[in-house]
Amino acid sequence: MSNKGTKSGLTLAAIGLCIIASMLILSPLYAAAAESHGDGKWQGVDEAVVEKIAGVHHREARPPLINMGHGDLLLFVFLVAGAAGGFVAGYYWRKLTEQRGH
Amino acid sequence: MKTQPSRAKCLRGLGSGCALLLGCAQPAWAMHISEGILPFPWALFWFCVAAPFLVVGLRRLAAASRDDLSFKPLVGFMAAVVFIISCIPVPVPTVGTCSHPCGTAISAILLGPAISVLVATVALLIQALFLAHGGLSTLGANIVSMGIVGSFSGFLVFRLMRACGAGLSVACFAAGVAADWLTYLSTSFILASALKGSAPMMPLLIKIAMAFIPTQLPLGFLEGAMTAGMVALLHRKRPDLLVKMKVLKATEVTP
Repeated sequence: MSNKGTKSGLTLAAIGLCIIASMLILSPLYAAAAESHGDGKWQGVDEAVVEKIAGVHHREARPPLINMGHGDLLLFVFLVAGAAGGFVAGYYWRKLTEQRGH
Repeated sequence: MKTQPSRAKCLRGLGSGCALLLGCAQPAWAMHISEGILPFPWALFWFCVAAPFLVVGLRRLAAASRDDLSFKPLVGFMAAVVFIISCIPVPVPTVGTCSHPCGTAISAILLGPAISVLVATVALLIQALFLAHGGLSTLGANIVSMGIVGSFSGFLVFRLMRACGAGLSVACFAAGVAADWLTYLSTSFILASALKGSAPMMPLLIKIAMAFIPTQLPLGFLEGAMTAGMVALLHRKRPDLLVKMKVLKATEVTP
């Protein structure tokens, strides 16, 4: 392996280690913060701000047209959407980085 | 045989990307205005505001794709990136809430603001239809705040910073921060104008904007860092592309 390749490999490994270390360090902080805010669920700002203020002004949010809010269905749909989006991004990224060679 | 290392690299990247996506997948409760929050006349008004931008975006996209076939992969990549970024909820531990970056600054810098509006619209439409994120009746308002304000503010700040002599990464960082914060400011404006009733708008606008600040202030910096990081990565991998998209001048790229 070339010197350049070894260097970039080491850099990638260092970045990966930093991410894992920061996640380990931050996880107790996140858990403590979640516990201190009610039922441990992280509210989005649409619930915490938009819907709350709209409720004060007598405007309630309606369920969406295609309601996925049953059980873990929404979680599954997010997983599928994330995986599909990631695949598309990866596919086009590869096309973009390959174009230069051609 | 020569292609094997690059293939292995691609597979490694794909694997780690999938692992990251699978690890962080969770419903995003975030900043889009939910279904039914805006009264019908206001919802219609924001659709009318967004419509001309969408028409211009479609025309620009058609013209750019006709002139340069290599433009399509970049649009596809940015559409996926904006969709993913605006789906990932980022928790802010000091507040106990979560929100997401918008990604419109990156797409505006690379594709131009008009096409970036289109990219944001596609992401918002999919989220409203299938992910219970935002809403169809509030789609126009969400396009205005995230698509139009986010894209144009990010693009203008980037150009302004570059004109003032700022480096590429600094200009991208400022563009990301501006796009994020101004998106939320415009969401506050849209909400305040629709909900104020007969009361003056300014107090309600300030109240909503202040409520966004604890969550959005740190996320703005995150968005800035992401924008700078992504453009810097493209600068390293495809500097010619940045020259083609008029992000950089040809003289700024070392051969």
